[in-house]
Amino acid sequence: MTQQLVLYPLLLQMFLSILLMFCWRKISWQRVISIVGSIINVGVSIWLFSYIWENGTQIVMAGNWKPPFGIIFVADTLSATLVLLTAISGLAVSSFSSASVVAARLKFGYFPIFHFLLLGLNGAFLTGDIFNLYVWFEIIIISSFVLITLGGEKAQLEGSVKYFTLNILASMIFLTAIAVLYGLTGSLNMADLALKVAAIENRGLVEITAILFLVAFGIKAAVFPLYFWLPDSYHTPPSAVAAIFGGLLTKVGVYALIRVFTLIFVGDHFIENIILIMAVLTLFSGGLGALVQNNLRKVFSYLIICHIGYMIAGLGLFTEVAIAGTIFYLIHDIIVKTNLFMVSGLIFRIRGTNSIRNLGGLYADFPKLSLLIAIPLFSLVGIPPLSGFWPKISLIIAGFESERWWVVAAIIFASLITLIVIAKVWASVVWKEKKELPVRLNFRYFDKLKTIRKAQMIAPMIFLSLVSLYIGFGAEHIQQVSSRVAGELIDNEQYIEAVLGKEQIIDHEE
Amino acid sequence: MEILLAIMIGVLYAAGIYMILRRSLVKLILGIIILGNGANLLIFLLGRVVKGSPPIIPADSDVFQSVYADPVPQALILTAIVISFGLQSFAIILIKRAFKVVKTDDLDEMNAIDKDS
Repeated sequence: MTQQLVLYPLLLQMFLSILLMFCWRKISWQRVISIVGSIINVGVSIWLFSYIWENGTQIVMAGNWKPPFGIIFVADTLSATLVLLTAISGLAVSSFSSASVVAARLKFGYFPIFHFLLLGLNGAFLTGDIFNLYVWFEIIIISSFVLITLGGEKAQLEGSVKYFTLNILASMIFLTAIAVLYGLTGSLNMADLALKVAAIENRGLVEITAILFLVAFGIKAAVFPLYFWLPDSYHTPPSAVAAIFGGLLTKVGVYALIRVFTLIFVGDHFIENIILIMAVLTLFSGGLGALVQNNLRKVFSYLIICHIGYMIAGLGLFTEVAIAGTIFYLIHDIIVKTNLFMVSGLIFRIRGTNSIRNLGGLYADFPKLSLLIAIPLFSLVGIPPLSGFWPKISLIIAGFESERWWVVAAIIFASLITLIVIAKVWASVVWKEKKELPVRLNFRYFDKLKTIRKAQMIAPMIFLSLVSLYIGFGAEHIQQVSSRVAGELIDNEQYIEAVLGKEQIIDHEE
Repeated sequence: MEILLAIMIGVLYAAGIYMILRRSLVKLILGIIILGNGANLLIFLLGRVVKGSPPIIPADSDVFQSVYADPVPQALILTAIVISFGLQSFAIILIKRAFKVVKTDDLDEMNAIDKDS
């Protein structure tokens, strides 16, 4: 029963999408199946996480081909945590989209594709084979192409042309990097690669391969010189889609960076410095970009970029404390960003616009809702007891310990800019006096929705806000998880041993 | 043979990237297709090109008798070709749709996103 536990989240998502395809035109069925399936998925993911927490890293070999020959799935604590977070945001977005996405879009297979996207995410987190990771990335991007174009509005199509080109380019660079790596080592299994890459004498070639991986995953994660596709495309699709993209898609890039640069390409100071410089510039450009935008969702898109910088900075510092900070930030960011894009969708439904200049008076009309919105907004800034505060401590400590003052300065500066941006958003969206907006015809305003639909929109926000509050107030538990993950990542022999077994490592050393 | 393939891959990458940098949507798709072919050939080349020795163990032996062609790169290329086929067909439909809605194939004129805010 527990032998194939690692595969259950994958199989469940696949089963759900196939089941949903059979109810192609029956939207009300699809809504129910998607939400119930997502709840079961959260249960399965919690089961997987607690099993990994107690028993350590688990692997499943496809067709019982022993590694390094067959494709394997590996669940260590990092993978299990991310699968759990995917399930949580998946549940929230599933409920939110069944209320906020219009029926015309749902009729063209929104839910099946949504679950294919989650399948791809789970697969990318769990696989232990670099080429298999490429295949999961392709599943993710092809599902995201469908989700981002579904509806076919003008802005949406223009945004998706950019999104699509840059993502395909990233895949091609990723494929090139895999080709070079296979040429160097003759292996695709990540644990085996870790051993073989360490033994290569031509370090120049290894560095070039590492740079290729950095560029490919950097485009996906939207780091400094490679992020321009993100703010041009994330505000065009429906906000439910933007929520899952903003919460999880860029984080897959971050996950891949963490995995590859803690396991395969380790201890290269040149690469570490490049990552740090990229991180600092990402923090600056994302923060300053958010400051000048007027569209609420564009502001949040720039904030995604800005906060990717924190995680990359932790990876670049590469000490146990720094990696723990990165993992903590990753956990906090997935939940908060998903929530923020749902908030922007809710505001759009209430007022009919996302332009900050024209919004206002939210507190006068919906005081309780405004308080709910305050939780993700201020968690993002990291006002002390809330969740964004704790990981920054780890990052700053790590920066001081390694005496890289400029990284610490950039981290503090980016927090300040985030605070200014959020204060500006809060003041003009919630506190400013209400402006009279022209009433849009044929637009389903929030107060015209049925009570059940309203509940389906508000409930996921309450759910994610509670999770955020838990991350903030129960920071001790999250810190325990992230320290354990950091320990596993820094000491990569644990991973290699779990995958290959002890004998092979000794063979290799001889 | 390797030198010839290497030069060809270089030309394909260069041509693909040049085409992606053009402003026309059609050239963008052509560029992506060419780049994809370049990447596939690169996997083929880096898996070592060996002539006339399929990876089959003779019936009276337990191991390979001589040098053999590595089957893994071919499996990788097969997968990559199928994936890029799917992506490219989606891309062609997408640009056709974008051309119909936006009424231009010039990427510089696709700037409705920057104006709306």
